[in-house]
Amino acid sequence: MRRRLGRDVLFKVLMYVAACVALLPLSLVVGYTIANGWQAAVQPDFYLHFERPEGIPGAGVQHAIVGTLELVGMASLLAIPVGILAGTHLAEYRQHRWATWVRLAGDVLVGTPSIAIGLFAYALLVAPFHHFSAFSGAGALAVLMLPVVMRTTEGALLLVPPGLREAGLALGLPRWRVALHLMLRAALPGVVTGALLAVARAAGETAPLLFTAFGNRRLVFNPAEPMPALPLTVFHNALTPYKDLQQQAWGAALLLVVLVLIVNLGSRLALRRQIAFAGRGL
Amino acid sequence: MASATVSTAQASARRPPPEGFRVFTALVAAAAPLSLLAIVVVLAQQAWPAITHFGPGFLVGRAWNPVTAEFGALPYIFGTLVTSFLALVVALPVGVGVALFLAEASRPRLRATIGIGVELLAAIPSVVYGIWGLYVLAPWLYHHVEIPLNDHFPNLPLFGGTPRQTSILTAVVVLAVMILPTLSAVSRDVIKAVPNGLREGAYALGATWWETTWRVVLPAARAGIFGASVLALGRALGETIAVTMVIGNRPDIQPSLFAPAYTLASVVANEFTEATGQLYSTALIELGLVLVATTLVVNVAALLLVRTVDRG
Repeated sequence: MRRRLGRDVLFKVLMYVAACVALLPLSLVVGYTIANGWQAAVQPDFYLHFERPEGIPGAGVQHAIVGTLELVGMASLLAIPVGILAGTHLAEYRQHRWATWVRLAGDVLVGTPSIAIGLFAYALLVAPFHHFSAFSGAGALAVLMLPVVMRTTEGALLLVPPGLREAGLALGLPRWRVALHLMLRAALPGVVTGALLAVARAAGETAPLLFTAFGNRRLVFNPAEPMPALPLTVFHNALTPYKDLQQQAWGAALLLVVLVLIVNLGSRLALRRQIAFAGRGL
Repeated sequence: MASATVSTAQASARRPPPEGFRVFTALVAAAAPLSLLAIVVVLAQQAWPAITHFGPGFLVGRAWNPVTAEFGALPYIFGTLVTSFLALVVALPVGVGVALFLAEASRPRLRATIGIGVELLAAIPSVVYGIWGLYVLAPWLYHHVEIPLNDHFPNLPLFGGTPRQTSILTAVVVLAVMILPTLSAVSRDVIKAVPNGLREGAYALGATWWETTWRVVLPAARAGIFGASVLALGRALGETIAVTMVIGNRPDIQPSLFAPAYTLASVVANEFTEATGQLYSTALIELGLVLVATTLVVNVAALLLVRTVDRG
């Protein structure tokens, strides 16, 4: 009996150890990114200037910040409305066969390698026009964001008490008004945070941009031109042998990590409030 | 009775067509399956010149020479499979441990903290893992794992050769960290879905927590945990940027863990923009197609596995 209890305690301890081991890499990655990136990220030049030739001080990543904003903004305009409507369909017509297929396709699309989505966007949006462009990068990011927005919208709608839908239908409202004006409005905080999570994810993607947006050393606003982005800056500068370019890479990595942390922790807080609210509604 | 049958028959004959809203959103929702289909079709069409030129021999060819236009996928397939499977082996025990913790540990506060931590692990961009792996993890592994093992077991091929910072080992560790969230989140759901009656039955028979977990809960969740592993494997196979930065990017097939290698996704990421000549770039697209086809099969299989379990 003592041996059995001993083994019980041993494996309980091992379970706690596994949980701590899982937190170790997170703290290491975030810790080292802050330690290596803050020096670059606290200088105003970092946000006010764009890339300069190696060795000349005062270089920054302004062009990449603007590029990421532009790329992710265009991708969001495409992916978020489509994703929300598709998610509404999945939640409203859950049991239908088409919804099952769409759900499966969405889950498979989430797992599709992002580099393949980059090749796809290259074939459709770069090769026919013979030059890299922000449009093609945004297209690739939109394909990545779509299934995320769709599934989080569906999840948020499922949290809304079904009584609301029944009440609306009982009052004689058409289905589209019930879905959009009652259900979607009630689920709005969840839908918005889902969209924000997708935006944060798209902002950190590198692989789909390699042969679409391609990167640029200057500040550009024209979406038909090659466009820089923060992840591309991290990727290219980290692999150079120059110390100050590596510094820039760490600084850009820090910006990405901060963005991801803010969006994820913030959405968690907002969602918790919504779940509490939904609970009171019952 | 007869009249009732008639009236239902009439009702179904007069059933209105599906309302516009349903048709419209169904069409919008088609974006997801259509994108998936289009990715496969477009890549296959783009890779067609290479497919017809090299035939099935492409998959087992070991040469990669753009000058003589000889291309073979074997070193890349080797690198992709080896790094992904080893990462899964490393991450699986930890992932299941975390899943058990998230599903069963009694301290809700601590559980929530670990849960948030694991979720954040999934949210960190791949390129950040890459820069961390390259500048922090790779030197550490080199000095504290590769050199000592290489010194102690100079004759073991697994630890042989000349140790390098960017190696299969570094890629495996980075990948293991990156698939841990998928593994533990899906396993947690599966473990939670195990009916409580099974646990109570085991406790009632006098089993300890561990005996209940090992002999009852985990066997009941086996298929789902397998599904979670396959899903995580799919993520590892397709991971691009982080692996590209730490694997050394050399198309070799060596037995040593400390040797550099190359993966399907990495070679596409590195060489596609520089590929000159139709055969070279289509060969790269064919590598991408091989990757997509593999992850597609792996993902569908995993999702079906996890879903059957969730349904009970």
